[in-house]
Amino acid sequence: MNKQELKEYLAKTFPTTTIEENTDFVVMRINKDELLAIASQLKQNKETLFDFLFCQTAVDYQPELEVVYMLRSTTFQHEVELKVTLTERDNANVDSVTSVWKAAEFFECEIFDLFGIKFNGHATLRRLFMPEDWPGFPLRKDYQDENVITR
Amino acid sequence: MVNNSEQFHLVDITTGIHEWLYANLSSGLALTAELLLVAVSMITLVVVTAIIMVYMERKVAAFMQIRLGPNRVGFWGTLQAVADVLKLMMKEIVTPKAADRFLFALAPFLVTAVSFMALAPISFAPGIQLWDVNIGVLYISAVTSIGVIGVLMAGWSSNNKYSLLGAMRSGAQIVSYELSAGLSVLAIVVMVGSLSVNDIVVSQANGWWIFKGHIPAIIAFVIFIIASTAELNRAPFDLAEAESELTAGFHTEYSGMKFAMFFLSEYTNMFVACMLGATLFLGGWQPFYIGGLDGFNHVMDFIPGIIWFFGKTFSLVFLIMWFRWTFPRLRIDQLLKLEWKYLLPISIVNVLIAAFITLAGWHF
Amino acid sequence: MELTNPKLEVNEPDEEFVINVGPQHPSTHGVLHLEIKLDGEQVLDVKPNLGYIHRGIEKISESLSYKQFTYLTSRMDYLSAHINNQGCALVVEKGLEMEIPERAKVIRILMAELTRIASHQLWWGALGLDLGAVSPFFFAFREREEILEVFEETCGYRLTMNYITPGGVMQDLHPEFVPKVKKIMAELKNTMKEYDRLLTGNIIFQKRTQGVGILTKEDLVSLGITGPIARASGLSCDVRKHSPYEGYEKLDFKEILATTGDSYTRYLVRLEEMKQSIYIVEQLIDNIPEGPYREKTKAVIKLPKGEFYQKVETARGELGIYLVSDGGSKPYRLKYRTPNFSNLQALKPMVIGSKIGDLVAIMATLDLIIPDIDR
Repeated sequence: MNKQELKEYLAKTFPTTTIEENTDFVVMRINKDELLAIASQLKQNKETLFDFLFCQTAVDYQPELEVVYMLRSTTFQHEVELKVTLTERDNANVDSVTSVWKAAEFFECEIFDLFGIKFNGHATLRRLFMPEDWPGFPLRKDYQDENVITR
Repeated sequence: MVNNSEQFHLVDITTGIHEWLYANLSSGLALTAELLLVAVSMITLVVVTAIIMVYMERKVAAFMQIRLGPNRVGFWGTLQAVADVLKLMMKEIVTPKAADRFLFALAPFLVTAVSFMALAPISFAPGIQLWDVNIGVLYISAVTSIGVIGVLMAGWSSNNKYSLLGAMRSGAQIVSYELSAGLSVLAIVVMVGSLSVNDIVVSQANGWWIFKGHIPAIIAFVIFIIASTAELNRAPFDLAEAESELTAGFHTEYSGMKFAMFFLSEYTNMFVACMLGATLFLGGWQPFYIGGLDGFNHVMDFIPGIIWFFGKTFSLVFLIMWFRWTFPRLRIDQLLKLEWKYLLPISIVNVLIAAFITLAGWHF
Repeated sequence: MELTNPKLEVNEPDEEFVINVGPQHPSTHGVLHLEIKLDGEQVLDVKPNLGYIHRGIEKISESLSYKQFTYLTSRMDYLSAHINNQGCALVVEKGLEMEIPERAKVIRILMAELTRIASHQLWWGALGLDLGAVSPFFFAFREREEILEVFEETCGYRLTMNYITPGGVMQDLHPEFVPKVKKIMAELKNTMKEYDRLLTGNIIFQKRTQGVGILTKEDLVSLGITGPIARASGLSCDVRKHSPYEGYEKLDFKEILATTGDSYTRYLVRLEEMKQSIYIVEQLIDNIPEGPYREKTKAVIKLPKGEFYQKVETARGELGIYLVSDGGSKPYRLKYRTPNFSNLQALKPMVIGSKIGDLVAIMATLDLIIPDIDR
């Protein structure tokens, strides 16, 4: 499906989400409680078949954190971007999608390491790059460190 | 065939020394002097060939890899091996605290002693042989087998589980490939009819066994070269010492002079294996004749036997070095499978073929 | 998580032991620390510990301008430096909606394909070295050296190229570029036959790589793996074919696919890719259009508010650059979706159940660059 058809199909199939569009992708904004259900549906739905998670990251829009998922279908070659907004900074958590796409395992470890977002249901959540006892989460905008030069 | 009076014979020099000693000294003293002379000359031979082989290995490797190799120390890098030996002598010998001190110290000596012992029955030139024993070839095979004990001793006494793993793998490999090596030697012994090294060389006066013995000799030669490379722990069979993900082999914990002895014994073993190969298959010190071309044969006679012998040995050494820089490594299970499933059955059948050909008189 | 081919039988739990491979190690191609749980010779589990070369590239980029941040990407997958820079330049140009001159596009493709060839050559040499054949390393570097000399003449660098920037390329091609590259391509076609004789046809090499480290298509789709590894197992994922950029749609080249998915197939796929890259270079080298080599950009580039994503095909897979801009002169958030980060996850299903002696062969055909994983 091309971008326009995909947008319409997703708006019809997932009415609880908000569908937008940017330069590259069709964007679906999802509530964090519905994430796992919608993710599984996106993977199994015969029209979409989003089976390839090629990027998962987080962005710190002060004050909220946003987790971004980018999916592709290897059969239809269409792509979609999912966004989940988290409002709590101190105890940010969201469901893990490792049961749907195994690629999420390392992506979520990285997000946990650098942003401090916990993923419920992740089997081996650990800090990937920083040492285990590093204070703080480096990629947050309010991260302070005397070695970090702020301009 | 051979006009002996025109050739240079090393045995003339040695008989001359022998007679001079016995004429001028009492017989006990002359014997001692002779023994000392022989010991010194053997040690010199081993050391000089080791130095030549170390230099050769580095230059051969370099030229095969489109680079120059050592070319700074001495003319064309010839003194590089001397520099290496000096460095190893000056290094501190570290013994791990919990290592078995006696065995740890004994292992390198055992391995080196065994390599020297194997030189005794080898015939370098007509008349030059330390010990003409009637079981020469069997003696060499038996003595080189003792080297495995030194390897296992080194791995065990290092008190390092990775050294032990490497030593066990090395040990398993050496013991397995000894079978094929021994059987390929046996094929030639069957055709000659004697275990004595001198008899084997003399029997090749009318042609080298690799030509006379045709099929069984060629198969035996190929298996002998493969089995010797495996016994020496050289590539492509060097998984035990180059297995960079687990261990550096049984000699991980050794440094300085003790490591130098392992290093020396590896090259001496390679030299002994190639000498054995040259003796059994390539005619020892016999020149290369083409039947019927008398002029060619006359020229071949002028080259002394000792030059022939060392020429053949060093060409086999070059062949083994060539393998190292060309082939990737075999995995340990593929290595052992090669021996037990392929080489051993082939060598057994080969001995039978050799026996049959000898009985039927179908060799030249 | 269910794997598609579980083939373990653990006999006694107390016979397991853990060994550490790395971080300093001759065969891991970088600082990668693997904790391997073994039961005798069989591998039970692999846990990579990362972060030894984490330099915080994403965080640093948030304080650099749009012209500066491309320099850091040359240091991520340093063997595909031109391609990384190309991705960054493309994402900024997408944000600015800028069209670059034709000459610049062709030069970029030429540099990218030469980089791909050089990267695969180093991979080939290192593969031989890991498996015990020392000589291929020198032969691979002999040809790679010529390509690096060509780079040095035009770009000034041999490894961390800073040549492709938003707007075009930094400088015009050196006058000797075209004849030299033609000569190199002609020689390379002959030396690739040497590569085949030395390693591909060698029975010891085949026995060590055939049937070893099989990766199934279901596993790799679920793990998000791209690049020659995915193509060797049957997944068609070449970015140059599916989302072509910069003129790749006009070129004639094949995407190499295979189905077996073992180490030997990955090896053959990469060798074929080298040949395809040589073919692309030959198509372009005589037809470089004349014209300017860069488009003038403002001194301070400001991208409009929004998000932009660009994917390019590096020598190891799909590199994705996700740029979030808040309208200012510095990126608000820059995320690099690096191919090696995902490809590292392929290690586990390939290695589990096989022997420790196969680990080196599998890692060699996986072709990981660790700074790309850690950024």
